[in-house]
Amino acid sequence: MKSKTLFDKIWDGHVVRSIEAGPDVLYIDRHYIHEVTSPQAFNGLKERGIPVFRPDKTLATADHNIPTKDQHLEIKDALSRNQVEKLSENCSKYGIELFGLNHSRNGIVHVIGPELGYTLPGMTIVCGDSHTSTHGAFGTIAFGIGTSEVEMVLATQCIMQPKPKKMRIAINGTLKKGVTSKDIIMYIISEISTGGGTGYFVEFSGSAIIALSMEARMTICNMSIEMGARGGLIAPDETTFSYLRKLPEIRGVKDLESSINEWKNLKSDSDAIFDRELEFDAADIKPMITYGTNPGMGMAIDASIPMPADKPGESSSSYLKSLDYMGLKPGMKLLGHPVDFVFIGSCTNGRIEDFRAFAQIIRGRQKASNIQALIVPGSKRVEEQMVAEGLIEIFKNAGFEVRQPGLLLLSGNE
Amino acid sequence: MAKVKFDILESTCVPLPLENVDTDQIIPARFLSATSREGFGNNLFRDWRYLKTGEPNEKFVLNNPVFGGKVLVTGKNFGSGSSREHAVWAIFDYGFRAVISSFFADIFMNNSLNNGLLPIVISDELLIKLQEMILKDPATMVKIDLEKQTLTILPTGESVKFAINPYKKECLLKGLDDIDFLLGMKDMITSYENNKRVAK
Repeated sequence: MKSKTLFDKIWDGHVVRSIEAGPDVLYIDRHYIHEVTSPQAFNGLKERGIPVFRPDKTLATADHNIPTKDQHLEIKDALSRNQVEKLSENCSKYGIELFGLNHSRNGIVHVIGPELGYTLPGMTIVCGDSHTSTHGAFGTIAFGIGTSEVEMVLATQCIMQPKPKKMRIAINGTLKKGVTSKDIIMYIISEISTGGGTGYFVEFSGSAIIALSMEARMTICNMSIEMGARGGLIAPDETTFSYLRKLPEIRGVKDLESSINEWKNLKSDSDAIFDRELEFDAADIKPMITYGTNPGMGMAIDASIPMPADKPGESSSSYLKSLDYMGLKPGMKLLGHPVDFVFIGSCTNGRIEDFRAFAQIIRGRQKASNIQALIVPGSKRVEEQMVAEGLIEIFKNAGFEVRQPGLLLLSGNE
Repeated sequence: MAKVKFDILESTCVPLPLENVDTDQIIPARFLSATSREGFGNNLFRDWRYLKTGEPNEKFVLNNPVFGGKVLVTGKNFGSGSSREHAVWAIFDYGFRAVISSFFADIFMNNSLNNGLLPIVISDELLIKLQEMILKDPATMVKIDLEKQTLTILPTGESVKFAINPYKKECLLKGLDDIDFLLGMKDMITSYENNKRVAK
C-alpha cells in the first residue's frame, strides 16, 4: 500500500466522489455555524425549499456579533440583535442544537467545539470562519469556508474542494523559558511570510510540538491560516487522548477507549511524502512581538525592526507604508516602547491555560493607569473555571476589566 | 449560492494598486450584521472610500469619476484574512464582475467563483504594466474570454491565458451551482454514510 500522510488518510477516507479535473466531494463530520456567516445560507435553503440534510451534525453558537457585557439585556444594536434572533429562529426551524447567547455552554465556536466533546480525531470539520483550523490540534481536517459553502454543507453535508498540497513543519528541540506556542507560530510566519503556506495544508510535528498541551496546539493550528495555509493539523497522541478522557461528555462515541485505539493509527507513515518540508530549531525561537499591520511582521522581542530588504515576503513600498501607519521605522527596537492597550481573549488565546499563565505573571501587581486592559474568556465554561480558580479576582485586583465570553473587537457592538 | 453566468466581458478597469488588501479592508467587520446578500456594495472599501466625517474621500479611486468599469485590478495578495463571503458580495454588488491580481487568498478565490465574480491571476510584471496603463489612460479596455481563458489588453492586443479549475469554468459558463450538483447525488452521499460508519 502506498504510504500516506495523516492529511491524506483523513481526506481520502472522506471523499464521496472525485470529479475528473475538478474538486473532490468531501463528506463533513461536523459543521459549526454562527450568526454572522449563516443567515444568507439559510435564506438559500428556504428559496430552494429544502431542509438541512443532517441537522445532528451541525452545532450553532452566537459568538461573533454579541456584546461582552450586560449579556442578560437585549442587544442594543438592532441589526446585530436581528442577526442573533435569526440564528435562533433558523436553529429551531431546522432542528439544530444551539448554544446561543445566555446558554450555560455558550462561547466562541472554536473554544466550545473541543470542550463540549464535538471535535474528535480523524474528523472533517468546517465552519464559516477562517480560524476553523483550530480544531486541527486534535488530528482533524478543519478549515474555514464561505457562506455559499455553509449553504452547501447544510443542504448536503458535503463540500466540493480541490485537494490542497501537503507541507510538514517540524519544530525540534526544547523551547526556551517564556516561549509559548503563539511565539512558535509567530516565528514561523515571520520566517515564511503571510503567503508562505498558501495552497497547503500543514502538519506540525517534532519534539517541541509533541511536548505542547492541547490548548497550546490549538493556538498553533488556529494561526496556521495566518501564513496563508488552508489549515494545520497535529497527529493525536497521549496528550490528545488524556484531554478527551477528562471531558464530561464525548459526542457520538459509545466506547471512548476503543475509539482511542483506532485514533492511534492517525499519523503520517514514516516514508510519507510531503510537497514541502521545513524544519526549525526550538532553541532559535524567542518571545515574539509584531510591529506592523499583518501577522508576517513579527520579530523576537529584543530584535530591531528589519530593513525592507530583509523582508522578502513584502514589497518595500507597502512595508514602509505599514510601518509609517504604525509610527515606526526600520531599525527601531520595541523594548522600552510604551504599551497602550492589553487584550487577552479571542479564539486564538481565550482558553483557561492562557488565563492561568497570565494570572501567574500579574498576581499581586497593578496595571499602569494609562493602560486599558481587557480580559475576555472564550466560553462560559472557561469563565466558570476562572471563577473557581480565583483568576477573576486576580485580574480585577490588578485593575483589569473582565468581560463576558465572546469575540470582542470583531463586532460592531463594542 | 448565486447562479451567475459569465462568458465574455469587455470593460474598462478600476485600478487599486495596493498589496495585501484583506477582507476587513474590503468590507469592515462592523458592516456584517445584515442577513441578506444585497446592499454590501455601499460599504465596499468603506474606510478608504469615506473620511471619518462621512464625506467621500476624493483621493480614493472609487470616488474618482475618471475611473470606472466592471474589472477591479488590485495589487498582490488580495482577499486574505477573515473568510467572510461578504467581501465578495460587496465587490459584486458594487458592479464588478472580475478581479485581476497576481495572487489571491484561497478562501477569497473559492468565494468569488461561487458568486460569479471571476478572479484572474496574472504575472506580477503584467499586473504592474496593466496598472500603469490604466493610470495613464483610464479608457484602457480589457477583454476577458472565459471559454478561451484569455485576458486581452485591447489597445496593445497583448493576450495572456489564465488558469481556472475546469469544473468551476463549466459552472460559470452554464450558470450552474455546486448545490444543484450535490443535491443530484444524494443517494451516493447516503450510501457513503451507510458504508463508512461516519462519526455520529
